[in-house]
Amino acid sequence: MTNTEELLAAAKEVAGKVKDTVQAVKGAVQDVKETVLEVKEAVQQETAKQANIITPKMAKIPEGALEKKWTNYKDHQKLVNPANKRRLDVIVVGTGLAGASAAATLAELGFNVLNFCIQDSPRRAHSIAAQGGINAAKNYQNDGDSVYRLYYDTIKGGDYRAREANVYRLAEVSNNIIDQCVAQGVPFAREYGGLLDNRSFGGAQVSRTFYAKGQTGQQLLLGAYSALSRQIGKGKVKMYNRHEMLDIVMIKDENGEERARGIIARNLVTGRIERFFGHAVVVASGGYGNTFFLSTNAMASNGSAAMQMYRHGAYFANPCYAQIHPTCIPKHGDFQSKLTLMSESLRNDGRIWVPKKLEDAKKLQRGEIKGRDIPEEDRDYYLERRYPAFGNLVPRDVASRAAKERCDAGYGVNNTGLAVFLDFSEAIQRLGKDVVAQKYGNLFQMYEKIVDENPYENPMMIFPAIHYTMGGIWVDYELQTSVKGLFCIGEANFSDHGANRLGASALMQGLADGYFVLPYTIQNYLADQIGVARMSTDRPEFEAAEKAVQDKIDRLMKIQGKRSVDSIHKELGLIMWDFVGMGRTAESLKKAVEKINALKKEFWSNVYIPGKADSLNNELEKALRLADFLEIGKLMAIDALNREESCGGHFREEYQTEEGEALRQDDKFSYVACWKYMGEDKDPVLIKEPLDYEFTERKTRNYKN
Amino acid sequence: MDSYIDIKVRVWRQAGPKAQGHFETYELKHVFQGASFLEMIDILNEQLISEHKDPIAFDHDCREGICGMCSMYVNGHPHGPDSAITTCQLHMRKFHDGETITVEPWRSRAFPVIKDLMVDRQAYDKIMQAGGFVSVNTGGVPDANAIPIPKPIADEAMDAASCIGCGACAAACKNGSAMLFVAAKVSQLNLLPQGKAEKHQRAKAMLQKMDELGFGNCTNTGACAAECPKQVSLTHIARLNRDFIGAKFCD
Amino acid sequence: MWLKDSSIGRKLVMSITGTFLVLFLLFHGTMNLCLVIDDIFGTTAYNWICSMLGANWYAIIGTLIIALAVVVHFAYAIVLTIQNRRARGNDRYAVEARQEGVDWASKNMLALGIIVLGFIVLHLYNFWFKMQFAELTGIHTSMFDPHDGSTIVKALFTDGWCGIVYCLLYIVWLCALWFHLSHGVWSALQTMGLSNTKWLARIKVIGTVVATLTVGLFMVVILYFLGVNIGQMCA
Repeated sequence: MTNTEELLAAAKEVAGKVKDTVQAVKGAVQDVKETVLEVKEAVQQETAKQANIITPKMAKIPEGALEKKWTNYKDHQKLVNPANKRRLDVIVVGTGLAGASAAATLAELGFNVLNFCIQDSPRRAHSIAAQGGINAAKNYQNDGDSVYRLYYDTIKGGDYRAREANVYRLAEVSNNIIDQCVAQGVPFAREYGGLLDNRSFGGAQVSRTFYAKGQTGQQLLLGAYSALSRQIGKGKVKMYNRHEMLDIVMIKDENGEERARGIIARNLVTGRIERFFGHAVVVASGGYGNTFFLSTNAMASNGSAAMQMYRHGAYFANPCYAQIHPTCIPKHGDFQSKLTLMSESLRNDGRIWVPKKLEDAKKLQRGEIKGRDIPEEDRDYYLERRYPAFGNLVPRDVASRAAKERCDAGYGVNNTGLAVFLDFSEAIQRLGKDVVAQKYGNLFQMYEKIVDENPYENPMMIFPAIHYTMGGIWVDYELQTSVKGLFCIGEANFSDHGANRLGASALMQGLADGYFVLPYTIQNYLADQIGVARMSTDRPEFEAAEKAVQDKIDRLMKIQGKRSVDSIHKELGLIMWDFVGMGRTAESLKKAVEKINALKKEFWSNVYIPGKADSLNNELEKALRLADFLEIGKLMAIDALNREESCGGHFREEYQTEEGEALRQDDKFSYVACWKYMGEDKDPVLIKEPLDYEFTERKTRNYKN
Repeated sequence: MDSYIDIKVRVWRQAGPKAQGHFETYELKHVFQGASFLEMIDILNEQLISEHKDPIAFDHDCREGICGMCSMYVNGHPHGPDSAITTCQLHMRKFHDGETITVEPWRSRAFPVIKDLMVDRQAYDKIMQAGGFVSVNTGGVPDANAIPIPKPIADEAMDAASCIGCGACAAACKNGSAMLFVAAKVSQLNLLPQGKAEKHQRAKAMLQKMDELGFGNCTNTGACAAECPKQVSLTHIARLNRDFIGAKFCD
Repeated sequence: MWLKDSSIGRKLVMSITGTFLVLFLLFHGTMNLCLVIDDIFGTTAYNWICSMLGANWYAIIGTLIIALAVVVHFAYAIVLTIQNRRARGNDRYAVEARQEGVDWASKNMLALGIIVLGFIVLHLYNFWFKMQFAELTGIHTSMFDPHDGSTIVKALFTDGWCGIVYCLLYIVWLCALWFHLSHGVWSALQTMGLSNTKWLARIKVIGTVVATLTVGLFMVVILYFLGVNIGQMCA
C-alpha cells in the first residue's frame, strides 16, 4: 500500500517535472520565435535603410484600419504632465495658419513657446492672402459629404501621391477646425437662418467650402492670431517680430544622437545675430514658390528655413511638385514684382477662351482689336471642348496646362501672347449685371484697379502662375522630420496634398497641423525630454552655429560685385519658368541644372549688397534668401528629372497620353522622393517612401466624361 | 491708356529711430503707368543700388492689399490718392508726367519710425493682446452650427473684421487716435454671441491699452474711415463707445 | 476716475456738457424770439421771462450749472487738444490733403470754440452783466433798469453805426457757432454710442438741423434788429 502510494507520488513528481520541462521548452521556443521575428524586422528595417527605403514603421504610421489609426495613435501616445510642460521650451518659427495655431495651442497646453516671424506682426503671414475658403466634411448641406469622401477627393485630387493615413487624419480633424474657428469669432458667411453657408470648389461634387467673404485666409489667420495674442498677453508665448531664422542648432544627446535644440536668428531691425534654445523646434515657414521670382506668394515668402532643415539632414520630399494656378492676372512688364491671383470661384461663371483663328490672335497681340470684337463662332472655348464633363471647372493643373498649350500654339491674347480670356459676357446676359456684380464685384474691382480695364465690358485676361508648393520637408506621421526634435508643419512640409492640392485645402491642412495634430504628436517626443534641463546658449554648439551664420553673411557682404539681388533672382525665375515650369522634359531639366549652377557662380561672385550687415539691410535679407532659392531651384530640377512620369502639378512632356493628358507610372513612381543632403555641391541621395495604397484604389483622373 | 511718365519722388529719409530725418528728391524717368506704386519704388531702389546708394527701406509683403504691411503717406494720403486700396494696389496711372510725388512714413507718436518709410506698429499688437480675442482654448468647443447667428449680424461682424491692421487710421487721424482699429476688433467680437461673454471686459481692456500706448482721443473727424483701405465704418466706434460706457456704468 | 482717465470718458464729458449747452442755447434762442414778438406786438413777454430768471435761487443754480458746463467743456477741450497734438508725434506731415467726407469744422473745433467763447464773454458784458449780475449784486453799470432786458438788447443793436457793428459781430459769432455745432451735435451723439449703420446718416442730419435751428433762433433776432436799425438810420 505504502509502496504503491510512494510509487504514485514519485510518478506524480516525475510527471510534474516533465510538465515543467515541457512548459520551459515551450517558453523557450516562444522566445526564440519572438527573437527571430524581432531580428527579422530589424533586418528588414536595416535592409530598408540600406536600400534607402522608408517603411511605414519608420514613418510611424499607426497600425489598424484607416479610420482607426489616429484614434489608436492618440490612445497610446506618450503625454507630458502639466508640471513638466512648464519646464519645456518649444520654438515655433512662423506665424501663418500652422505656426500661429501651433504656438497658441502649445502655450494653452502649458509649454513655454518662443514664436518667430519675419514680418512686423504675426498677423501678416501669407496665409492671410487666401481668398476662397476652407474645406470640412461637416455635411451641413446634406449633399452626401463625409470624412471618407473628403479623404477620397483629396487623395484623388493629389493624383494618388499622398500618404493615406495622413490624408485621412486631415479629413477627420477638418470638422474640429470649423468648430474652433467659429468659437474664436471668425465671421464665416451665413444663411438667413443663421447657419453656416457653403460654396463649392474644384475637384469635389459636394459643397463643403466654408468662407468669409473673399478673405477666408485673413479671417482664419486673425482667429489664430487672436488666440496667439491671448497667450502673448499671458506671457506664455514670447513673440519675436522681425526676426529671421538663419540656422538650426543641433546638440548631441548622451547617446551621441543629434537633436534640434535651438535656432540662430537675425534681428532684422538691428542686424544682430541672436541665439535661442528650445527643447524642440517647430518650423512653419510656408512654401518656396518664390524660387520662380514671380508667383502669387508674398515678397518675403522664402524657402530658407526648409534649406536649413535640409542641410541638417531633414529630407526634402517631392520638391518638384509645385502648383500653378490658372487664374492670375498676366505679367505686364519686366519691373513686375509679383502676380495677383484671381479667385478660383470665378471659374464657376466665367468661360475661358482664345480665338479660333490665328490671325485674330495676332491682331489681339498687336492691340488692334479687343476680345469683345471677336464673334462667338470664332471663339475656342478650349476647356469646354476638351473636357466636356467638367468644362471650366477642371482642377488647377489641368486648366493651367491647357492655357499653356493654347498660348504655345500662338493663340495668346495680350501683347506678350501669354494670356487667355476669362469671359463673363454670357453670365451677365444670363444672370444680369447686378447678380454678377454681387457675386464677383470685389474681384472685378481688383482687376480693374490693376489692369485699368472694365471686366464687365471686355473679357478679363488671365494666365497661370506659381501658387503653392506641395513638396517640402519630409515628415513622419508625427510631423517630425528625419532629424530628432525638429518638426515641420503647414505648407513647409511635404504635406498631405500629394502631387496637386485642391482648392480650399491649404487652410485646412495648416490649421489641422497647428491646432489638432502637432500639439498631440510633439508630446510623444517631449515626454522623453522632461529630464533635459534648459541649456545655455553659450554652449559651443550655439557658438559654432552663430559663427557659421556670421561667416556666410560676411562672405556675401564682401563680394561687392555689380549685380543687384533682384536682377539675379529674376534670372533664376526665368530659368525656372522656362525649364522647370508647366511642361518639363529631361532635356529642359538638365539644361536648368546647368544654368542654375552657372547662375549660382554668378551670384556668389558678382552680387552687390549695399549697406552694413549689422543694421537693417533689406538687400542682405534678400541675398540670404536667394542663396537658398538657387539650391531649391536645382533640387526641383533634379527631382523633376528623376520622376519620369506626369502627375498632378508635375508634367513631363515625354509622359502624356495621345490626347495630351498626364500619364502616371504607378509601377515605378508610386513613392515619395526624399532627398538627403550630402554636402555643398554634392548630389543629394534619393530615399524612397513607397506609397502602397492599402485602402484606396488608384484610378486615372478623368475630367472628360 | 497707360503710357510712360517722368516723375520726381520726394522721399523721407531717416537713418534710424533717433536720427534726424529729411526729404530727398529723386528723378525717375520712363516709368510705366501700369506699374504699381511699390514697383516704382523697386525701380527707384534698383537705381539707387546701381549708384551704390542706400536703398529706401519700406514695409511691404503680400502686394495684393490684404497683409496690411505697406504703409506710405503718398501726397497727403495714407496709401495714396485712391480710395479703398493699400499702397501696393496704387498704380502709377494715378500720377501724371512731370509730377513730384511726396512720400512720407506714418507719423504718429505710437508708430515711431524705424528707418525711412518703415515704422514700428507693435502698438496694435499690444492692443490685441490686451483683449482682442475670445477666451477659448483649442478643442472642447461646441459644434459650429450650435448657435445660429442672424446673417445681418454676421455680415456686420465680417465688415468690422475686414480691418487689416495697417495703421492708416491712426496715421490719418489728426489726433493720432487708433479708435477705428480698436473699434473694429471690439465690434466684431462683441457683435457675435461667441464674444458677448467678455464684451465689457474687452472694451475696457483694449481701450485702456490704446490710451496707455500714447494714441490720441477720438474727436469723430472721420478721417480714419475716409482713408481706411477696407472702408471700415465709423459706426463701429459708436459701438465701442456704447460698450465701454455701458461697462463703466456696470462697474 | 474713468471720466478723466480714459479717452472715451473724456469725450463723454465733452458730449454731455456740450449737449447741455446746446439745450440751453435752444431755450435761450426761443426766449430771444420774444424780443421780436414784443417789439412788433408791444407785448412784454421777454421781460416777464427775465423776471422769472432774475435773482431767484433756481435761476442762480441754473446759471452756476451753465457756467460750470462752459468751464468743464472748455478745460477738457484744452486738455484733449494738448493730448492729441502730443499723440500726433513730433514730425508733422509735409503734405496734407483734404480727405473726402471729412468736415472742415471737425478739424477746427478748438478754434471755433475759442471764437464762440470770446463772444460769450462779450455777450456777458453786453447783457448778462447789466441784467442778472446787476440784479444780484445791485451794482448798476448802465443807465438801464436791470429788469428791462428788452430795452437793453434793443438799445445795443439799434444804436446806429455802433448797432450795425454789433450785429455784424454777432453774425460772425453765430457762423462760428453753426460750424461748431454742425460737427458737435452729431459727434456728441456718436460719442454717447447713439449710432449704428442706419442711424449714422440720420444723426448727421439731426446734427445739422439742431445747429441750424439753434443758430437760426438767434439769427432771426439779430437780423430783425439790424433791419430796424437800418430803417431808423435811413429815416
